[in-house]
Amino acid sequence: MSTGQFHFRSRMRRVTDVAVTSLAILATLIVVAPLVAIFGYLLYKGTASLNLAFFTHVPAPPGELGGGMANAILGSAILLMLASAIGIPVGIGGGIFLAEFGRGSKLANAVRFTADVLNGVPSIVMGVAVYGLIVSQQHSFIPFSGHFSAFSGGVALGIMMIPTVCRTTEEMLLMVPHAVREAALGLGVPNWRSVLSITVRTASPGIITGCMLAFARVAGETAPLIFTALGNQFWSTSLKDPIAALPLQIWVYALSPYDDWHRLAWAGALVLIVLIVMAVSLVRFVTSRGVLKGTS
Amino acid sequence: MHVEVKVPEFRVPQAQNQLEPANRRDRNPADTGSGGRSEGHSPVRRFLLARGNSAFTDMGFHWLMVLCALSIFGIVALIVWELLKGSDLAWANFHFGFFYKSYTDTYSGQTSYWDPVNGQFSAVPFVYGTLVSSFLALLIAVPLAIGVAIFLTEMCPRALRAPLAFLTELLAAIPSIVYGLWAVFELVPLLRVDVNPLLTRYLGWSGLFSDDNPTGLGFVAAAVILAIMILPIISSLTREVMTAVPHSQREAVLALGATRWEMIRMGVLRNARIGIVGGIILGLGRALGETMAVTMVIGNTPEIHKSLLSNGTSMASVLANEFAEAVSDLHRSALIEIGLALFIVTIIVNALAQLLVWAVTRGAPSQAH
Repeated sequence: MSTGQFHFRSRMRRVTDVAVTSLAILATLIVVAPLVAIFGYLLYKGTASLNLAFFTHVPAPPGELGGGMANAILGSAILLMLASAIGIPVGIGGGIFLAEFGRGSKLANAVRFTADVLNGVPSIVMGVAVYGLIVSQQHSFIPFSGHFSAFSGGVALGIMMIPTVCRTTEEMLLMVPHAVREAALGLGVPNWRSVLSITVRTASPGIITGCMLAFARVAGETAPLIFTALGNQFWSTSLKDPIAALPLQIWVYALSPYDDWHRLAWAGALVLIVLIVMAVSLVRFVTSRGVLKGTS
Repeated sequence: MHVEVKVPEFRVPQAQNQLEPANRRDRNPADTGSGGRSEGHSPVRRFLLARGNSAFTDMGFHWLMVLCALSIFGIVALIVWELLKGSDLAWANFHFGFFYKSYTDTYSGQTSYWDPVNGQFSAVPFVYGTLVSSFLALLIAVPLAIGVAIFLTEMCPRALRAPLAFLTELLAAIPSIVYGLWAVFELVPLLRVDVNPLLTRYLGWSGLFSDDNPTGLGFVAAAVILAIMILPIISSLTREVMTAVPHSQREAVLALGATRWEMIRMGVLRNARIGIVGGIILGLGRALGETMAVTMVIGNTPEIHKSLLSNGTSMASVLANEFAEAVSDLHRSALIEIGLALFIVTIIVNALAQLLVWAVTRGAPSQAH
C-alpha cells in the first residue's frame, strides 16, 4: 500500500468517526426535542386552563362554559385504590415466592418469564378479558357483574399491576444480603416471620418505589377502562355504577368539538403528568440514593 | 447483573430437631415451655421451646406465596379463556376467512371489509393498519434509539449521562393518552401544514404519499407518535446490553488502533447485536398493542389504501372505538376475535424478545468470545 493510499484511508476513517459521532448527537437531540415539546406545550396549555373549578366542579353540559373534572379525579382515586388493593398484595406475594422460596426452580423461572411477557400484553386486551369476566356475565358469583361498573375497572387495573409489582419486588428482595436472613433464622425466628419482618422490611424502600411505578403506570391507562368503568359525567362513588376517570375524561374531551373541553383536557393531562412525574422522580431519588445498593 | 449465590435453606424446625434428636418424638413443643421438664435447659432453649413449632404457619405462608405467584398463570388463563369464549360466534361464522376475506358492498359495488350493519366482518384492514404503522414506527425509531444508546454509553460526558437517561426514562412514563392529546393538537397540524406537502412533492412519485387526505391524520401521524413512544424502550434496552459488553472487548479493539466508531462497531455493537434485536422486537410488541395515541391520530376508517398519508385503522383502535357500542353479538364477537389475534401476536413477539434479551444480559454470547 502506498503512503498516499494509507493517508487517504486513515483520513476517511477519521471522517467516518466524526460523522458517526455527530449523527449520534443529532439522534439524541431529535429524541429530546419531542419530550421538550410535549412538556412545554403541556405546561403552557395546562397552566393556562387550570383553575379552582377544575378541582371542584363536575363537567358542564355540552356547549356550556366552565365545569371541571372533580368527579374524574375522585373516580381515578377510587379506581386506583381498588387496583392497588388487588395488585399490590398479590404482586408482592409473587415476588416473595420468586426471591425467597422458588429461587432457581423451574416454576419460578416459568413465573418470571410469564410475568415479563404479560407486561407486554396490550392493556386493551386486559380490558376485553375483564369485560368477559365481569361486565358481560349475567349470573355470576362475582360481585357487581352484568353491567359496566367501577369495580370491573378497578379489577382490570389491578390485574395489570400484578406482573410489574411482582418483578420489582423480586429484584429488590434479591439485593438483600443473605447474612440478614441467616441472622434472623439463627435467632430462631420462624421463616415466615423472617421473610416478612426482616427481608421484606429491609427491601421495603425498593418495594414501595416499585409499587409506585406500577401505580403511575396504571394511573394513565385509558384503554382497559373504556369498556369496564365506561366513564360518567356525574358524581358517582358507588362501585357498582360506571365511574369517571381522568384519562377517560381526557380522551372524551380531546375528541370533542368544543374549545372549552379541549382546555379541560389539557388541564387534566397536566394534572396526570404532574402526578406521574412526581412518582417517577421519587423512585429515581430513592433508588439513586443507594438505599439498597450499599448493602448488597 | 445479579450474581446468584446458592445458600442452603436454613429452617428453624430442623435446627430444633438437630439439637435433640433422641427424644423429639415424645416432646410436644406446646406444653414444654412452662413445664417442669424444661428446668434444666438454657434460657435460649427454653425460649425456643416455649415459642412452639412454626412448621404449620411456615407451610401456610409458603403456599400463600406460591398461590400469589400462580396468579400470574391464572391471569394468562383468564385472558385466553375469555377471548376464546367471546370470539366463539365470530369463529363459527367466518373461520380463517376472517383474516383474509373481503366483501363487495351490494349498493356501491365497492370492496368493504367491516360492515356492522350487514353483519360482514373481516380483520384485514386492521391487521394491515397495525402492521404498517408498527413497522413504519420501527423504521423511524430504531436508528434514533441506537444512536441515543451509542451516545449515552460511549460518548456522553459523565455529567450529562444521568440527566439524559432520566429524560428518556420520563418519555417512557408519559401515559399514552397524553401523547395522543399532544399528537392531535400539535403533531397532526404540523404534519398537515409542513411535512405532508413535502413528502407528497418529493416522494409522491412512489405512490406512497398521495395528497388526497387533507386532515393530516393517517398512518404517518400514527407511526411518528408510535416511534416517539417506543424509542425509550428500545434505547434503554440497547443501552443495557451495550453496557453488558465487557470492557476488555473495547480495549482490545482500541489497542489495534481503531477509531472510536470502529471500536463501537466491532467491539460493542457486534457483541450486543442479539440483545439489540431483542430490544427492537420488544419495541415492536409495544407498537403493535399501543391503543390510545394511535386511535386518536390514525383516522379510523377500515379501508386499505396504498398511500401512507391516507386514513387507516388498527386492531387496538377498532377495539377502543367500537367495543363499548357494539351493535350486535356478532359485531362484539368479531371485535373479541381481533383482540385474540392481537393477544397471540404480542405474546409471541414479547416472548421472543425476552428470550433474546435474556440470552445477552446473562452474559452468554459475550463470554463465548
